[in-house]
Amino acid sequence: MRKALAIGLAAVMAVSMSAPVFASDDSEGGAGIAKEDLKIGAIYIGDENEGYTAAHMAGIDEMVENLGLDDSQVIEKTLIGEDEGCYDAAADLADQGCQIIFANSFGHETYILEAAGEYPDVQFCHATGTQAASSGLSNMHNYFTNIYEARYVSGVVAGLKLNEMIADGTVKEDACKIGYVGAFPYAEVISGYTSFYLGAKSVCPSVTMEVKYTNSWASFDLEKECADALISDGCVLISQHADTTGAPTACEAAGVPCVGYNIDMTSVAPNTALTSASMDWGVYYTYAVQCMIDGTTIDTDWCKGFAEGADKITPLNDKVVAEGTEDKVKEVEDALSDGSLHVFDTSTFTVDGKELDTYEKDGQEYVSDGYFHESEYGSAPAFDVAIDGITSITE
Amino acid sequence: MKKEPFLQVSKRRNKAGWQERLLIRFIALILALIVCGAVIVALVKMNPVDVYKAIWDGAMGSERRLWQTIRDTMVLLCISIGLAPAFKMKFWNIGAEGQILIGGACSAAVMIYAGDKMPTGLLLIVMFVASAVGGMIWGMIPAVFKARWNTNETLFTLMLNYVAMQVVTYCIVFWENPKGSNTVGIINQATKAGWLPELFGQKYGWNVVIVLILTVGMFIYLKYCKQGYEIAVVGESENTARYAGIQVRKVIVRTMAISGAICGIAGFVIVSGASHTISTATAGGRGFTAIIVAWLSKFNTFIMVAVSFGIVFMDQGAVQIATQYGLNENASDVLLGIILFFLIGAEFFINYRVKRAKK
Repeated sequence: MRKALAIGLAAVMAVSMSAPVFASDDSEGGAGIAKEDLKIGAIYIGDENEGYTAAHMAGIDEMVENLGLDDSQVIEKTLIGEDEGCYDAAADLADQGCQIIFANSFGHETYILEAAGEYPDVQFCHATGTQAASSGLSNMHNYFTNIYEARYVSGVVAGLKLNEMIADGTVKEDACKIGYVGAFPYAEVISGYTSFYLGAKSVCPSVTMEVKYTNSWASFDLEKECADALISDGCVLISQHADTTGAPTACEAAGVPCVGYNIDMTSVAPNTALTSASMDWGVYYTYAVQCMIDGTTIDTDWCKGFAEGADKITPLNDKVVAEGTEDKVKEVEDALSDGSLHVFDTSTFTVDGKELDTYEKDGQEYVSDGYFHESEYGSAPAFDVAIDGITSITE
Repeated sequence: MKKEPFLQVSKRRNKAGWQERLLIRFIALILALIVCGAVIVALVKMNPVDVYKAIWDGAMGSERRLWQTIRDTMVLLCISIGLAPAFKMKFWNIGAEGQILIGGACSAAVMIYAGDKMPTGLLLIVMFVASAVGGMIWGMIPAVFKARWNTNETLFTLMLNYVAMQVVTYCIVFWENPKGSNTVGIINQATKAGWLPELFGQKYGWNVVIVLILTVGMFIYLKYCKQGYEIAVVGESENTARYAGIQVRKVIVRTMAISGAICGIAGFVIVSGASHTISTATAGGRGFTAIIVAWLSKFNTFIMVAVSFGIVFMDQGAVQIATQYGLNENASDVLLGIILFFLIGAEFFINYRVKRAKK
């Protein structure tokens, strides 16, 4: 009893003493948190064995290094499913005193929202999500990168390879078809493969593409099977929006060039992997945690690309890429960075034979100045139009 | 020269008394923990006491964690209670996963389509009944086939799990948000329609009440009811049952209806009382874990409370050692495996007597 009283008194004193320090209005960008007092939580769908989560973990490590924090200030929870376990993890991290919590899977979002409502003083950042702005919660944030830019560049690499194959006669010009292993048929994936296709088409105009879905984010077997099916359907180059090395493994066996995602695929496909579209999450993590230190507000929707270094392609595999690829890649990257090139330039594709001159989604017009303004009105990809030249097979 | 075996094993004539049984199990548990400690030291060179402490901390370290442990214990317990009558009848119901999924899907469907059309109390009752009926039908299908045509229930119930998974996948196509993303997310997040409300200020209060009522009810049903006795007789010998005038077919179908219905209710408890969503991972393998719980407890529902708690305790602790020491979560599966090995092994010493051979 006496002990409880003592604890209670101590708590009251602690609160009253710290009150003047922390009572300043956060929304005005009040006092930040001292570096050594920071505690950061991270919730991952996978663990270090899964490419997508591994990229996030690398980003967190990069942030810790950039800001000179200690590893012990980060609590990472791996293999958290998209169910009440995610809410448990978020609430538990908040209970442990984390001031900012990241979650990396699309399906985590509603559970993070739940926790954000319950812990208004903790900042919650959710990757790939869409609901932060509409939730009205000031401590809920979404983030993503302009991965479509990296996909476009990797598409250029693929297109150049196709040109080389046409030139040396291994593929007929009217039969150069790309195969794409997609995860789920919604905007994030559609935007991704469309930008990849447009990149390839910008250098190889006759290219077409076939998309198949695995209905899973990470399944080695399904992705491998899917790639095999695409190859036997006549696809001469494979790319993917799924998280394992299944597709490149199939490509290496079949001798078909491929473009990966997240991580360098040359370890499993040394003779066929061209490059991979990839993200550097460290840019965002550094930004968000810096905001905590400075006491400034974190963007509700954060989405950056090549210009800020949030996107990249992994080193070109010189053994496989076509001649002159490096120069062309440099040119395209520069054009994307300085804004002279837009991935979804409406003059470069058609929808049902017509140019796309208007596209409204949730009351927002996305097409203006001759291009589709991807990821400008929300951090998650928005482009979900079926363009000509791509056939997708949804079962 | 006649060779004598070093040890002699003989079946116990008289059953071991309860003190002796308890002692044997206790020794098994201690041995299990010692071996677990040895494994931890051998594999990761860490102080096993620290690891045990982290497991304890992960499962009971704060009020929130304690309630998570209780919540998951209740779900596992509910499924085990559902499986008890089936296994007591020696009906190998491997299909709890499917029965849970169908029950959960029924709850989710009612939440989605009727969430704003009914008052809370009525809505919850409709969900409860829908889940129970859904699970019941899913459980009765293999029972009818078994009773009529003597099909193999192990395979049949197992296969129905995959059918249930496909049914849920199909439903998700209509319920997912946004389209194509394969995630339903939290259902009725704004209105909380169809969520089990707080009880005594506790979020998971109702989960506990529902499952504990089932625990007591099933205990009485199996031990003191005529139907419970019939289940035991059919389980021991169908021929005896038939000779005694028990309608075996009827008992099989009736028992599986009850078993399936309770598993369906487990689906309701998960969807309405915990996750508020539906996915193919809603059952999450708990339908299989519950089989171990049911057998270890010898179908005594009160012992099931302790066994379910023990398993969930280790599971929750696993998350903690994974985050705290960077050990993979599978590490706790290894520990749990060792503990189960010793506990199940203890049954041998309860049923058999081992003696040094006489010179």
